[in-house]
Amino acid sequence: MLSENVFVIGAGETKYGELWEKSLRDLAVEAGLKAIENAGIYSRDVQILYGSNSLAGIINGQENIGSLIADFSGIASGNIPAVRIEASSASGGAAVREAYLAIKSGEYDVAVVGGVEKMTDIFGNEVLDMMSSLLDREWEAFFGATPAALAAISARKYMKDFNVKKEALAMMSVNDHANASLNPNSHFKNKITLDQALNATSVAEPLNLMDCSPVTDGASAIVLASERYLKKNKLNGMRILASAISQDYLALHSRNSIYTLDSTRIAADEAFKRSGLKREDMSFVELHDSYSIYGLMELEDLGFAKKGEADRLVEEDIKLGGRLPVNPSGGLKAKGNPLGATGVGQFVEAFLQLNGKADKRQIKDARYGLLQNMAGTGSTSVVHIVGGD
Amino acid sequence: MSGIVGYGSYIPKYRIKPDEIARVWGEDAENIRNGIFVLSKSVPSPDEDVITISVEAARNAIKRAKIRSGDIGAIYVGSESHPYAVKPTATVVSAALGCDFPLFAADYEFACKAGTAAMQNVKAMVDSGAIKYGLAIGSDTSQGAPGDALEYTASAGGTAFIIGREGSIADINHTLSVTSDTPDFWRREGQPYPSHGERFTGEPAYFRHTLTASRLMMEKMGTKPSDYNYAVFHQPNGKFPTRAAKTLGFTEAQYKDGLLTPYIGNTYSGAMMTGLSAILDVAKPGERILAVSFGSGAGSDAFDLTVTEEILKMDRHAAPTISDMLADVKWIDYAVYAKFKKKIVLGEDVE
Amino acid sequence: MGELSRIWRESEHRYRLMGNRCGNCNQVFFPIRDVCPHCHRESIGKMKPVELSGRGEIVSFTIVHDTPPSFVRQRPYALALIKLDEGPVLTGQIVDAENDSIEMGKRVRSVFRKIGEDGKSGIIQYGYKFVLE
Repeated sequence: MLSENVFVIGAGETKYGELWEKSLRDLAVEAGLKAIENAGIYSRDVQILYGSNSLAGIINGQENIGSLIADFSGIASGNIPAVRIEASSASGGAAVREAYLAIKSGEYDVAVVGGVEKMTDIFGNEVLDMMSSLLDREWEAFFGATPAALAAISARKYMKDFNVKKEALAMMSVNDHANASLNPNSHFKNKITLDQALNATSVAEPLNLMDCSPVTDGASAIVLASERYLKKNKLNGMRILASAISQDYLALHSRNSIYTLDSTRIAADEAFKRSGLKREDMSFVELHDSYSIYGLMELEDLGFAKKGEADRLVEEDIKLGGRLPVNPSGGLKAKGNPLGATGVGQFVEAFLQLNGKADKRQIKDARYGLLQNMAGTGSTSVVHIVGGD
Repeated sequence: MSGIVGYGSYIPKYRIKPDEIARVWGEDAENIRNGIFVLSKSVPSPDEDVITISVEAARNAIKRAKIRSGDIGAIYVGSESHPYAVKPTATVVSAALGCDFPLFAADYEFACKAGTAAMQNVKAMVDSGAIKYGLAIGSDTSQGAPGDALEYTASAGGTAFIIGREGSIADINHTLSVTSDTPDFWRREGQPYPSHGERFTGEPAYFRHTLTASRLMMEKMGTKPSDYNYAVFHQPNGKFPTRAAKTLGFTEAQYKDGLLTPYIGNTYSGAMMTGLSAILDVAKPGERILAVSFGSGAGSDAFDLTVTEEILKMDRHAAPTISDMLADVKWIDYAVYAKFKKKIVLGEDVE
Repeated sequence: MGELSRIWRESEHRYRLMGNRCGNCNQVFFPIRDVCPHCHRESIGKMKPVELSGRGEIVSFTIVHDTPPSFVRQRPYALALIKLDEGPVLTGQIVDAENDSIEMGKRVRSVFRKIGEDGKSGIIQYGYKFVLE
């Protein structure tokens, strides 16, 4: 029988950063075990594991990630099934959605979602070539496109068509760093000034180093449970009020507009419809700013500003104490972007915020959170709304 | 009578002056310039090679000829810098043009006369009726050893001629060749740069073959220099071809249109053919051309051509003319030149 | 070496900008599609090859400084989204131009260039790049 609601009952995370001492499996196990402990359950209670990872195949030569995580977190001995969900950098959000669907269907009561990425095992600009597997390899990457180059191409047209200054993009990164300085797990803990953000080394014009999320290692995990499990075991949890996913063409050159993320827009509309909530109800947004320009585009496509007007929000609204706090965790730029873990990490942040455990970066009276996770240049977007009583 | 039905050339945009090269190697720029009479040479971009140059030249020839690529029955490409030692340039050209699967093709090598040897082969196939149209290309991205005299002239470029019976704009009245075993300039398999016999490359090589072939042609056709409107020779520098011309009795007015080396350097297999292309850009019906190539090793191919009325029907500006390509240039210095020509040893991962 | 057959399979499309057209709605695609994304089932078997002119205009572009290893020699290079006259938009480098002379909206035409190579002993990959008109 269908479950009424699905809850997040625990969350755990490693530090995000350049974690030379830790391997892929070390990271996955650490986050997974922390989440299970945080949920107050035992490994044997987990019924299914969804691993989320994007590039282990080409960076670490390791596929079969689901099995790897299950094995090393000790649940393979209990023959608990495990699979990997891959949707490029939206793997995390997509994996959570799969777990949500599995529980909602009534088939399972407890699932763990573990997202992990170990990116620093490849050095130098070879990792750039591997990240280009997020794109259309044959028709984008082969001709010299990188994720940053394509974000830059969108940024240039966006800035020209809407007369938006570079400062607006830079403010997304400044905000991420300000919040990350309050997050002990962040990759970067330094604040940056607008000046620093504007004058960093060029990566792909008009984007510079401060516009681009870093290469990060890290793992995040959450435990999801059905309503009946929650009630039976008298546990508390963060309700998933809506889960939505949408798709667009793979290559940027195939899209209807190079600065509109249709997949985000459609998934967001669906999520708000399902939850019955409005944009104003959101206490915070965790969005996928792999590049600063995407932060602006996402604010618009999520419905918080008209197309081309997100720059009106970046001065005050998006700050921690503002009307619409963006990326209280530090976002992809400063908390970090370990691809497969990023989307799950957004849930970890939401869990902390909604339980009043976000410490120095706690948002007052946090009630509802909007989480958006995206693949590559926008081919897939997963949007969740969490919270409530 | 078979002849040239379409012609096209391609010269890369980048240029370097001999002064720049002399500066780096501690030589006297003015002496060098005066000695070889070269003011600049073309440099291929890192993403250009004999295959890309051949394709661009062939596409330009097709634009002028207005034939279907499916009508081309043979492709022969002559070069001394084919990108592959084994895998013909001609095969990639055929794919890039969209030629039919039934097709004669191969690559030629005879130093700087590989392209004109291809012309002779294609003309013979047209004359025998084996094919309707044939494509002959001469192109090179020759390397000069750093610090060597050849570095001042070795350049990049290529020309394609489509030869056929119908619609010829320049009939090939006759072609002949001379061949001998003369070691004036060579490159052993596996060596990156050629070796040459310095002054030996003059009289016993270039002049003996070029002048003999020219005289044999005029004897065979019963002509004298004044019967020709244009004379174009292989042009390894600005001096050799002018000396050959004057020795034979040609005037500056006759050889100036075909002399390109002072601006683009020596395009080796493309050299004489590109000079001929420049002449075809401006020639009028009824004008007569003597074209003689030279390839080290050694040999010369001579051609006697007469421009036809058909040339007036051709839109010569359907593709860039040699003047267009001489005007649109980008200057680079020795460091960028060395990077482009891969004379700098890079790490393993970098291509 | 692993890309040999894939690169070969696509050569015609890369060398000659061979796209295709939906026999149902007439939209032109590059790269080719087996099924029209608008007409779906009604387009099956009706996709016809079309050789594109290579002419178009710059939709937007960037100058890439942080490059993958195989593009280091060309750094910094201009990468653009080009809208071809026949309709499709594709991604390609703009070459032979001063980077500061490139502007959105400028007209370009395609040229045949080396895209990459499989190391010193591997196959060379050719395809399209663009120059300003």
